Parts: sequence; structure tokens; C-alpha cells
Amino acid sequence: MAALQVEKLNRTFGALPVTRDVDLTLERGARCALIGPNGAGKTTLVNLITGVLKPHSGRVLLNGEDITASSQADRARRGLARTFQINQLFRGLTVLENLCMTVGERDGHCNNLWRSSGSKREVIDEAIGYLDSLRLTDDALKLVRELPYGRQRLVEIAIALAQKPRVLLLDEPAAGVPSSESHLILDVVAALDPDIAVLIIEHDMDVVFRFAKEITVLVQGAVFTQGTPAEIMSNEQVRAVYLGQEGHRGGHHG
Amino acid sequence: MAASDTIGGTPRQRATDYLLRRHRFRMAEALPWLIAIAVFFIFPTRMTFGSQVLVMVMFALSLDLILGYAGIVTLGHAAFFGVGAYTVGLAAARLDWTEPISGLFAAAIAAGLVGFVTGWFLLRYRGLTLLMLTLATAILLQETGNLRSDISGGYDGLPGLTFKPLLGVFDYDLYGHTNYLYALTVLAIIFFFVRRIVYSPFGQALTGIRENVRRMHAIGSPVHRRLVTVYTIAAAIAGVAGALFTQTNAYVTLTVFDFDNSAKVMVMLILGGTGRLYGAFVGAAVYMVLEDYFSKLSPTFWQFGIGLMLVLAVLFAPRGILGLFERIGDCLAERKRS
Repeated sequence: MAALQVEKLNRTFGALPVTRDVDLTLERGARCALIGPNGAGKTTLVNLITGVLKPHSGRVLLNGEDITASSQADRARRGLARTFQINQLFRGLTVLENLCMTVGERDGHCNNLWRSSGSKREVIDEAIGYLDSLRLTDDALKLVRELPYGRQRLVEIAIALAQKPRVLLLDEPAAGVPSSESHLILDVVAALDPDIAVLIIEHDMDVVFRFAKEITVLVQGAVFTQGTPAEIMSNEQVRAVYLGQEGHRGGHHG
Repeated sequence: MAASDTIGGTPRQRATDYLLRRHRFRMAEALPWLIAIAVFFIFPTRMTFGSQVLVMVMFALSLDLILGYAGIVTLGHAAFFGVGAYTVGLAAARLDWTEPISGLFAAAIAAGLVGFVTGWFLLRYRGLTLLMLTLATAILLQETGNLRSDISGGYDGLPGLTFKPLLGVFDYDLYGHTNYLYALTVLAIIFFFVRRIVYSPFGQALTGIRENVRRMHAIGSPVHRRLVTVYTIAAAIAGVAGALFTQTNAYVTLTVFDFDNSAKVMVMLILGGTGRLYGAFVGAAVYMVLEDYFSKLSPTFWQFGIGLMLVLAVLFAPRGILGLFERIGDCLAERKRS
């Protein structure tokens, strides 16, 4: 049974179709990349899968269960986690509190109004464990907004990991991070638990080809083609609509 | 990784200790209570005013739970204060139910119920929409009272209420000494509850909703349920404050539902500092003492003084008086270090 299955998903904004008959399957432990030019509807697809947006037709299945009608929070509790393209963190709280909150909500501790939040040692230990694994422990007591953006990106990933997800959607995890630091984030992504099915949206083709076992190319809201990195790289049409354009853009920046 | 082990994991230990100790009582927290007791002995003739301050502290504290912690902006918090005030008022005037402490419980239940029902509908909205809807709720309740002025007494209110002695023993004196101690005791009990909630995992989740609601949804938090829960609790506490208001004044009129009342409690809280429990104490006390002082100084222009104070507060203490103290403390610590 697939960890995540998307069937004939459709969504329009007004008259503009942004997601058109998208099919996508992530097996358990999958390493899949979603690429496509700007405006192809990649983030919209993530929002449809996680329940931020409701599709106009089609289905989303998580471990075989239909979650199309479920709320975002319900999907998260069932093991579907994501990171955001632009950080969505509790900026006024400490890094450690960001993690404790996630663990607390995951295990239902946050329904408790009476005992102090510090009284469950195992929650704190687990939260620090995630910080340790991303080498964030030194910043545990700093407010998130005091951290450099690159470190905040790591907190974003730490939160997603603390949800103990079975399916993880990474929306441009290295976006906005200077290239001198982005390898830190990509190392973390490369070292993710092999049991978690991962879908990554990424613009950096080096990362995509190194990380992904399957690649889905999205163009104008529809799946243009799917295949292994080798197939995608040798696909003339993909080069024309996407890679060529990227190479051209890269040339400008370089 | 071996390197961090050899240091002895101190950052890890410090981080753990911080969370383990955060909720413990600090010595400074005794200060407001000591002041409140000192006031009892120093100003024995001002106890009626003192009781009113305590009532407003409780009202502001209930607002801090939803505004300061959960980030719910409301301009209709007086609705719950009013429901509590009228619960004991009507019970005493129409049903001859004048036992004060059971009255507080009845007020908490009535106001909590109104909070639950309105919250369940309104807390799907945020920002300006919510602001307008909460405001409308208070007005609707006020007009309902006005419509049935045969029961509520309309804008003339319910004057001359009498209540049974406290616990059947302590009668009310002319100077309001009993009332002051009564209000202080109730405030202490309520504060204990609020403090527990704020430092609980539930309280943590509230700050999460305030800081980033999108992230809360993404980590699987039942945001609406959390908001309705805290809104109901805050409404019940505001109801108790309203009930104490009626009991200590021995009258109540429909003005308790006024927009003025909702706005004033918000100003007090912001003046003291939101999301820090004691902001309610500082804000309500400073506001009411200054209001009292200015109105004696100049019965016609006293509002100018209040206005000036608010302008100064916005300019120099945007995070409230407690926020200002915190900043001064940080500056001093910084200077000492360098």
C-alpha cells in the first residue's frame, strides 16, 4: 500500500486551473522530487495534499485511507507533515518551546490544563533529542526570531521531524538560505529516516538529482512527465520547458 | 558530536532546567499580594475603591488569558462581565437568592455558557471581523436587557441589592472592609487557576496559536477547540468579576455591557502589559488610581490626564509598564556586563 496517493486532483482559482488531473504516488520510504517552472502549481499541490486547500475533484489517500475531507490538523495527526517555503515558526518563543509544543500536540499533552508543561521530562528530552540531531541544542533557549534565517530553516525541519511523520513534504527546504549554509540543510534531508516517504520541492537541480529516486515534472498545473533522474535528464522535452530555462537562468546568476 | 559530549552537555542541561523550573513561584510574585494587604491597613477608608480595583484586576486577568496568551482580539469582553453581574443582580432582586458565594458560581456558569456558545460560532473568524462580532455580541445582550426592562430594570438598573453575610458569618460594613477581603480572596483563588492554565501544556498551545496559527494547524493542533475552551474559561472568570462588581456595589445597571467597559479593560491590560499575568494587576491599579486622582484634581478635564497617560504609554512603553521595566532591567544587565 502506498504511503501517499493522489488521484486525479483538480483545483482552480477562479477561471485559472492550477492543478489539473494530478496523479502522484509515494511508496513507503520514497524519495521523490517535484520540479517545474515558477507558477507550475507545486506549492498549491502541497497545500491540497496537506488540506490547506480543498480540491474541487479527486482524492488524497494516506496509507490507503481517504483523507480528502479531513482537516489539516487531522491529516497532521495521521502522520502527514510538511515544511513551508517561507518559515512558519513560533517566532516569539524559544527554539525548545517550538519543539516541545510539537511533541505535546502530537501526543495529546496539550489537552491538559492543570499540570505544568515542564513536569513531563520525557517531552523535554525528546524535544532536545531532535535539536541534538540537527545540532541546534546550543540555540535551544534563544527566541526563534533571534536566529539567522538558515538556523530557522533547520527549526522548521526539526518541527516536522518531531511530528514523527510517515510522509514528509519539504517545500524548498533550502530556500532563502545562503549557499554557504545550504549544504547543512541538504545533509539533514539526505540523512532522513529511510522509512519516511519524502516529497521534496526544489529548484537546485544538483540536489534533486542527488536526492531523488523519482522525479515528477509539473507544468501549468499538470504532470508533464514522471521518471527516474536519468530518464528526466535525458528527456528532450523536459530540457526544453524546464532544464534549459533553468540553465539559462543559472547562467545569468553565475 | 563527541565534542559536545566532552563539554558535559551543559546547553542541554540548561535548556532542560529552564523548562523544568519556569513555572515555579518567584519571590517577586509575592509583591502584588503584599501590596494589596498593605493597602488594607494603610487606606482603611478607601476600601470600596480598593474592591473596585480588585474587580477590574480580575476582569483584566480574564482578558489576558484570551488576548495576551491566545491572541484573540475582542471588543466585547464586557458581555461576560455583564452576564455575571446580572446573574447575581437578578437572582437577588427577583428570586431573593442572596447567598454571595453560590452567586459567584452561578455567575461563572452563566457567563461561561454564553462564552461557549458565542465562542463556538465567532472563533472561526479573526482580526477585524472578530472584533466587530464580539462588539455586536455585547450590544445584543445589552439591548436584550433593555427590551425586557421590566425584568432587568433597564438603564435604571437594579438598585439597593442586599446580600447575605459571607459564609453566613461576616456581615458587610460601611467602609467595605469585608468586601475588600472577599474580593482579594476570590482574586487569589482565580489567579491560582489562571496561573496553572498559563503554565500548562494547554497554555503553551495557546501561545502557539497566538504566535503562528498556520503552524499550529500544520502540527495537528485542534485550534478551534482550544480557542473555544479558553474563551469559555475567560468568560466564566469575567462573569465572576461582574458578580463581585454587583455584590460589592450593591447595584447594577445595563452600563456594565457598555462598549466603554470592554475598551477600558483592554486599555488597562495593554497599559500593564499583555501575556504576562501581572500586567492585569499593574494596568488596572495604575489606570484606576490615576483616574481617581485626575477626577479629583479636575472634575471637568480629568479625561485629558488619562489621554496624556495613554499617549505617553504608547510612545515610551509600547509593551506596557511591565514591558518597560523588563527593558530597563535588560539595559542595566547589559551595562553591567560591558
